[in-house]
Amino acid sequence: MTTDTTPTPTPGEDFMAEGSPRQELAVEQVSDTARPDQWWQVIWSSKKARVGVVILAVYVLVAVFAPLIAPQDPLDSSFEPLAGPSAANWLGTTTSGQDIASQLIYGSRISLLVGLFAGLISTVIATVIGLISGYAEGTILDDLLSFVTNVALVIPALPLIITLVAYSEVRGIWLIVGVISITSWAGAARAKRAQIISLRNRDFVTAAKFSGEGTWRIVFREIMPNMTSLVAASFVGAATGAIGAEAGLAALGLGDSQSVSWGTMLYQSNAQGAIAQGLWLWVFVPGLVLAILMTAMTFINFGVDLLSNPHLREDA
Amino acid sequence: MTYFARKFGFFLATLWAVVTLNFLIPRLQPGDPAEIMVKRLAGKDAALDPAQVKAMRAMLGAPDGSLWNQYVSYLGELVHGNFGLSYTYYPYKVTDVIAQAFWWTVVLVVVTQVVSFVVGIVLGAYAAWRRNSRLDSIVTLGSTFLGTLQPFWIGLLLLYVFGYSLGWFPTSGGYEESTPGFNWPFIQEAVSHSFLPALALLIVTPIGWILGMRNTMIMNLGEDYIRLAKAKGLRDRDVALRYAARNALLPSVTGFALALGGVLGGAILVETVFDYPGLGRLMGEAVQNKDYPLLQTLMLLTTAGVLVANLAADLLYGVLDPRARRAQA
Repeated sequence: MTTDTTPTPTPGEDFMAEGSPRQELAVEQVSDTARPDQWWQVIWSSKKARVGVVILAVYVLVAVFAPLIAPQDPLDSSFEPLAGPSAANWLGTTTSGQDIASQLIYGSRISLLVGLFAGLISTVIATVIGLISGYAEGTILDDLLSFVTNVALVIPALPLIITLVAYSEVRGIWLIVGVISITSWAGAARAKRAQIISLRNRDFVTAAKFSGEGTWRIVFREIMPNMTSLVAASFVGAATGAIGAEAGLAALGLGDSQSVSWGTMLYQSNAQGAIAQGLWLWVFVPGLVLAILMTAMTFINFGVDLLSNPHLREDA
Repeated sequence: MTYFARKFGFFLATLWAVVTLNFLIPRLQPGDPAEIMVKRLAGKDAALDPAQVKAMRAMLGAPDGSLWNQYVSYLGELVHGNFGLSYTYYPYKVTDVIAQAFWWTVVLVVVTQVVSFVVGIVLGAYAAWRRNSRLDSIVTLGSTFLGTLQPFWIGLLLLYVFGYSLGWFPTSGGYEESTPGFNWPFIQEAVSHSFLPALALLIVTPIGWILGMRNTMIMNLGEDYIRLAKAKGLRDRDVALRYAARNALLPSVTGFALALGGVLGGAILVETVFDYPGLGRLMGEAVQNKDYPLLQTLMLLTTAGVLVANLAADLLYGVLDPRARRAQA
C-alpha cells in the first residue's frame, strides 16, 4: 500500500474537517481491513452492475452451451415455413422454414465473439496510441498521433465500415471484427491521452525517471497500472459498441454469410417482408435480446466507473 | 496561428486524409482493381468487356503507371467533379443519382438532429437540476436502455405498429403521385412519408445530448458562481437557466458535429427499412449491386459533409467562447 491510507490533514483544507465523506472513508479503511476493496467487490457493490453481470453471465452460458440448449440446427430449413410457436419451434419458423429460437440462441455466439475481440483490439490500439501520444506530449510524435486520432474521430464510422466491408470478397467474422476495431478506437485513445498527461508529472513518475528506468517501462509498467480502471471501462464500452456495429452491419446484409447472428436475422426478416406478413416475433426478439445484452454491459460499466472514481461509490 | 486558422487547417488536412483513404481502399486488394471489379460485376467466368474496364479505370483514376501517377490523376478527376457512372442507374452519372437523393437525407438528418439537440439539452438540464429525483433516474436509466436499441430494429417495429397494424402512415418510399417540387401535395406526402423514419431516429439520437448535458450541468452546478447566484437570492429558475444551463451548453456545440456522424449512420439503417429515397438507401443499393463508383462517391460525400459541419461547429465555438480562441495560439 502507498501512503493513501494514512491521510495527513492539511491545514487550511476545511472540507476535511468534520465528518466529510472522504475522511470517513479513510478512517474506515484504516480501522477495518487497512486494504481497499478488491476490484470485484467494488463492481459488485453497485446494484446496476450486479444486474449487468448476472445478465451477461446468462448470455455467456447460452452462447457456450448453444448446441445443448438450441432445439434445432439454426440453418436447418426442413421445417414448415411461417409456422407459429410450437413445441419443436418455440418461436415459430422463418419464411424459409428455419427455427427462429435456435437462430436466436446461436446468434449470441457471434455477438459475444465480436464484442470480445473487437473490444480487445480496439482497446489495445487506443491504449498504445493514447499512452505514447500522451507521454510524448508536445513533440512531433504526439502531434502526428493526435492528428491521426482526431481524423479517425471525425470520420463517420458506418459509411467507412460499409465501404471497407463491401470491397471484401469473403465476409467472415474476422473481417468484421477487424473493420470494427480499426474504426472505433479514436475516442478512447483521446481519453487515455488526457489521462496520461495528468499522470506523467506525478512524483512517482519523476522518481522512476531518476532511478533510471526506460521510457517504455515507465509508460507501460509505472503509469499504465494506474489507468487499469479507465482501460477496463473503455474495453466494456468498445465491446458494447462493437456488438451494436456488427448488428447494424449484418442488418444491412453485410454480415458473415456462414453463420447466423441477430443482425442477419433482422436482415432476413426485413428482406423476406416479415413485417408485412405479421411475423413480428421474428423481428421483435433478436432486437430485444441485443438491447438487453448491450444494456447489461452498460450497467457493468457503471460498476467499473466506481473503480476509477471513488466519489461515485456513495450513491451506489 | 490563430484559433480559426488552426481549425481550418485541420479541416483541410482531414479532407485530404479522407480523399486519400478513398483512393487507397479499392487498391488494398491484390491485382488490377478495375479488372477485379468488372469481373465481380459480370460474374466470375464472364469475359472482360474492355469498355467496362476502361470506364472503371476512369473512375479509379489513371489506368496504369506508378501509384503516385494514379493518385495525381485521381485527384485531377475529383477536382473536375468526375465521379464516374453508376452501374445501378446506368447510364446516369453518379453525381446525378446522388443529387436526387441528397435533399431527402439532408432534411431528415438536419431536422432530427435539431429536434434531438433541443430535446436532449432540455431533458439533460432538467435531470441535472433535479438530480437524484425520480425524474432524473427515469431519464438516465431510460436513456441508457433506449441508447442500446438498434435504429434498424426500431424502424421495423414502428413500421409494424404504425404502418401495417394501425395504417396511420405509409410504409415505404418518399411520396406517391405528386410531382416532386415546391407544391403542397408533394410536401404533404413527403412529410407523412418522413414521419416514421424521423421518429425512429428521434428515439435514439437525443440520448447523447441528455447524458452529456446532464454531466456538464452537474459539474457547473458545483461551481462557486452558482453558489454566489443562489446566495444573492436569485430565483431557482434564473440560476438554472441563465447561469448553469447557459454555460453547460458550450461543450454541446462541439459535440453537435461529431454526433452528426452518428445520426448519419442511423439514417443509413433507417432509410433502408423504410425504403426512404435518401443517400442511405442509395448506399444500401450500391452495396447490394456492387456499384463501387456510387459507393465511393457516397462515402466521400457523406464524410465531407460531416467534416464541413464539424468545421462550422468549431468556428462557432470559437465565436461563442473567447477562452477557446485565446488558449494556446
